[in-house]
Amino acid sequence: MELSLKMLIEGEAAGPLVFTGQPLSFWGGYDSHSGEVIDRRHPLSGQNLAGKVLVLPGCRGSSSGSGVLLEAIRNRTAPAAIITLEADHILCLAALLAQELYARSIPIAVASAAFFEWAARHDGTTLVLKPDGALY
Amino acid sequence: MLAGDNGPAVQVAMRIVVKMAGLFGAASLLPVSRAHIDSGIYEGQSGLDFVEMLLAKGARVAVPTSMNVVSLDLERWQENSRVPLSFATPARRLAQAYLKMGAKPTFTCAPYQLKEVTPRFGEQVAWAESNAVAFVNSVVGARTNKYGDFFDICLALTGRVPAYGLHLAENRRGQILLRLKDVPLALLRQDAFYQVLGYLVGRLAGTAIPVIEGLPTFITEDQLKAFSAAAASSGTVALFHIAGVTPEAPDLATAFGGNPPGEVIDITMDMLRRARQELSVNPDGHDRPDVIALGSPHFSLAECLELAGLVEDRRVAPGLEFFVATNRVVYQALAARGLLAKLTAFGANVTQDTCVVVSPLIAPGAQLLMTNSAKYAYYAPGKLNMPVVFGTLAECVDSAVSGRLVRDDTLWN
Repeated sequence: MELSLKMLIEGEAAGPLVFTGQPLSFWGGYDSHSGEVIDRRHPLSGQNLAGKVLVLPGCRGSSSGSGVLLEAIRNRTAPAAIITLEADHILCLAALLAQELYARSIPIAVASAAFFEWAARHDGTTLVLKPDGALY
Repeated sequence: MLAGDNGPAVQVAMRIVVKMAGLFGAASLLPVSRAHIDSGIYEGQSGLDFVEMLLAKGARVAVPTSMNVVSLDLERWQENSRVPLSFATPARRLAQAYLKMGAKPTFTCAPYQLKEVTPRFGEQVAWAESNAVAFVNSVVGARTNKYGDFFDICLALTGRVPAYGLHLAENRRGQILLRLKDVPLALLRQDAFYQVLGYLVGRLAGTAIPVIEGLPTFITEDQLKAFSAAAASSGTVALFHIAGVTPEAPDLATAFGGNPPGEVIDITMDMLRRARQELSVNPDGHDRPDVIALGSPHFSLAECLELAGLVEDRRVAPGLEFFVATNRVVYQALAARGLLAKLTAFGANVTQDTCVVVSPLIAPGAQLLMTNSAKYAYYAPGKLNMPVVFGTLAECVDSAVSGRLVRDDTLWN
């Protein structure tokens, strides 16, 4: 298991790992008031992701997703960090805009397939992510 | 632009464009000729904060810019008591901020059905809205990535995009082949078939560019619209090719750029039947729809004409609401032809600029939504927190009149 991730948006975060193998559309899939997954066809449906370290392949669906994540960062209902398999510009943009507007954000990182396999077996483990991509 | 020569708004926008370009490994920026903006949907204070910050810095769009739907019918929102002032005020402010920057008041999620804002083949553009991106890339052959909220306005203010992804010819080739097997001709003529197929293709394609083989050349623009919207909702599809139909796929070899497909999947009637069932989420088995919603993406004039033909001398059942979402051009054409009055007499609520998913139009406590749109069907359970049943346009009208679900499985068996 690699313990270093490629950081797209730098930052520090800690929280329990939540893994899903299915992409999630934040627009229509995430409630920015509560942090709950509201896509009823998604395996994480009903789970609250506020403060969690979310590991998923990427986004799917509407490009309105960045607005929803930005609003969640503003409302402090966003995941603590998001780790994707492929660089996802919808998520990165939200984190970047939050920096411009509110001078705070959440880290976004890209991980290898090997990390994904590890993450799938370690749901709920508390992770600490450092600005250089180091993971504990 | 980065140094502030074009003003402070362009400077902020360019800073974001350059940072994003770096994140995605783009070595340079490309000029674009048009932009389509999705960020006018009011999702909360943060969107308004960002746009008003840019406006205060003197922002003006650098290229012709069209607007996606906004969160209310800007001309008739006051006729609907369910749109509270607390929502209407910031939602209108958001839409007006974009117009002040010079965007055109198109307010539609099907901008590719408006001649004056649709690009030509090969044109580099910066478009947002997942269904519009899929359509303009695939059916028109213009080039854009699927841009997110607020990045779209940064691109419109700078007139530049990072040179990566679907802007580059080498990234536009097909990657997987989806072959249709044994689909009866009668089904290939059905609009609903393309909704179901799009939903299935979105699920199957993952992040790959799919090439679909076995579709007829008589496929209509509205069917391609339905397919684009469905595939972009259930999946990440921003570009697809249909062999013999879409411009970058005159044949299979061209669609794949001479390479063999990475994967070949045969789409069977069984898979299509399952996909059709998945589009309905009605666990408690409600059989009395109280809301019918049409027009995601926005209904074209052709679709409105078909609807008008089905509602002759009929009336929506009491207590049931029937929404049709369309753009301003179609709305005016309907009014001019006397069709708006006909649809209204039937009991339809025709709205422009918006739709039931982004505007609070549906009565609280409604039990069951019925729609002919895979995109509505996909988003209704989450965004509207309602069970949903997917049907054809005719089934939606029959259900509206009888007040009970009417569905015909004949063509699918």
